[in-house]
Amino acid sequence: MGKEIILEAKNINKYFREPVLFHVLKDINFTIKNGEFVSIMGKSGCGKSTLLYILSTMDTDYEGELYLGGDKLTGKHHEELAKIRSKHIGFVFQFHYLLSEFTVLENVMLPAKKLGLKSLQEIEHDAMEKLKLLHIDEQAHKLASRISGGQKQRVAIARALINDPDIIMGDEPTGNLDSHNAQNVMEIFKNLVQERNLSLLIVTHDTDFATKTDRIIEMEDGYIIKK
Amino acid sequence: MTNWSIILSISKTHLLSRIKQTGVAALGVTFGIGTFIILVSFMTGLNGLLDGLILNRTPHVHIYNEIKPSVKQPIDYYEKVKDGFKIVRSVKPKFTQTKIHNALPLMKQLNDDPEVKGAIPQLKAQIFYVSGSIELGGNLVGIDVKEEVRLFNFGDYVVKGDPSALANYDNGILMGAGAAAKMSLDVGNTVQVSTVSGDVFPLKIVGIYQSGLSEIDDIQSYASLKTVQRILGESRNYITDINVKLYDIEKAVALAQRLEKQFDVTAVDINTANAQFETGTAIRNLITYAVSITLLIVAGFGIYNILNMLIYEKMNDIAILKATGFSGRDVKYIFMTQALLIGLVGGFFGILVGYGISVVIDNLPFETQALPTIKTYPVNYDISYYVIGVVFAMVSTFLAGYLPARKAEKIDPVEIIRGQ
Repeated sequence: MGKEIILEAKNINKYFREPVLFHVLKDINFTIKNGEFVSIMGKSGCGKSTLLYILSTMDTDYEGELYLGGDKLTGKHHEELAKIRSKHIGFVFQFHYLLSEFTVLENVMLPAKKLGLKSLQEIEHDAMEKLKLLHIDEQAHKLASRISGGQKQRVAIARALINDPDIIMGDEPTGNLDSHNAQNVMEIFKNLVQERNLSLLIVTHDTDFATKTDRIIEMEDGYIIKK
Repeated sequence: MTNWSIILSISKTHLLSRIKQTGVAALGVTFGIGTFIILVSFMTGLNGLLDGLILNRTPHVHIYNEIKPSVKQPIDYYEKVKDGFKIVRSVKPKFTQTKIHNALPLMKQLNDDPEVKGAIPQLKAQIFYVSGSIELGGNLVGIDVKEEVRLFNFGDYVVKGDPSALANYDNGILMGAGAAAKMSLDVGNTVQVSTVSGDVFPLKIVGIYQSGLSEIDDIQSYASLKTVQRILGESRNYITDINVKLYDIEKAVALAQRLEKQFDVTAVDINTANAQFETGTAIRNLITYAVSITLLIVAGFGIYNILNMLIYEKMNDIAILKATGFSGRDVKYIFMTQALLIGLVGGFFGILVGYGISVVIDNLPFETQALPTIKTYPVNYDISYYVIGVVFAMVSTFLAGYLPARKAEKIDPVEIIRGQ
């Protein structure tokens, strides 16, 4: 597959207005190509998470322009963005954020059910496939609150994959895991990039993790200092 | 695009995973609706009973000949003192017959009127019940018993014997309960009745009449119209009163005025005769609704509280739902659905509880001398109160759910996810 641009940020500026006006992101410009594994590094407070949430379309309060697969996202309505998010973007957070009252399988199925493109049987089949991929299928019918942290993170990755997104974004996905599990997650990510030609954009301050990625974007005080 | 099945399933999971809180919230609604139904059914049942007590046996328009002085005295016809100041002393009532003039044609005209349910004749006569050497004063009313039963629920007040026997048995009488007790008479006995002019007639008691008002029961008895006409020695057209029942009670006033103008009679409508009555009914209804609505509002606050707490607990879930593609509107619907489900379940059980307790009240014995036909507490099973109850449950839970759900809609997932 060709290396076309999947995500593009043009002149992104972001201000925090509370408690005082603060310029968080300054003229952010970069692109991510199909099948690229990119990490964003930087110290705490340099704005890397803020950038990720803008890229994820959850935060719409910014200046500049954002394109996903050539489609301009800036200025679109919330409802529309929610749809785009569920179809094209997968998420993995630092804290696994599963719905604790639902089973593992239901957690994975939820975004697909919301998207509503496939039948329930197909969704269930796909969800089991993703769980198998991450070697966690035997936990499928347990409640999400009853499995371990490392397992939860793998379930969260399975959930991010369920709608076959173009890009997966992660906010410190290994930050809360021990080194064994962190290694595990890293392997999973690498396999996804190689086997499925997925793009990955991971925010981290773990240098070990970052060095294993294709490209590192370094940030400091709201600027990109090295691509 | 809203995918209701998934919203419903998330709502269901949220509700079932904290079944205790859900139960308490639903119980609030159940209690509110149940009490509303019990209160309204019982109160309107009681209202209906009391209304019926008066309205059922009160004619909507009562036509009779009143003994009164002429409105225009002879001097008023004398042209030469037309503008003068006239004083007539010691005015006497005008001599007239107590019977209604041309009663039969008047009744025929009334019965042909499509607004009139029925117009039936009565003949009121002063009599004495003769018991040995004692004469007790009383009234004997001649009636068309079948029509009285049809229009004025007369049958309800015949506590012993059968009212229709009056029509079949020529010399029958329905004795007032009080009068019968005074003379130690019962169904099957014969009572001697003497008219004002002194003729004595034996009448056979075919039933006992009890209205609940002892001043009536002590003196009043009923016989067929023909019998009373015969006792008085009067012809078939001798009728002193006409009682009219209308389909629409509101038209009584207009009809009474028209009749007074058209015929030379006195016509009294029910509103004039029982003005205080409607006021009591209206106030009782007002109290019932005020109490019930208060209960439902309290239940609504309960739901509001529980949903509000739930949303604080579910901040993370809301953020994650939004991050994985659920829109704010979906999240709002999730919480609204929960509120409405609580309302629906609570309302359903409220109806069951309301109906159940209504049935219990309906079967509680309630016996009083004043109301011979009533054996248990009166309950009105009008379906519309159940509908109102459920509609109000849904409306109040909708409002109670709307505010917290709007809050959930506006939660910014970034703030929640970053906050940890």
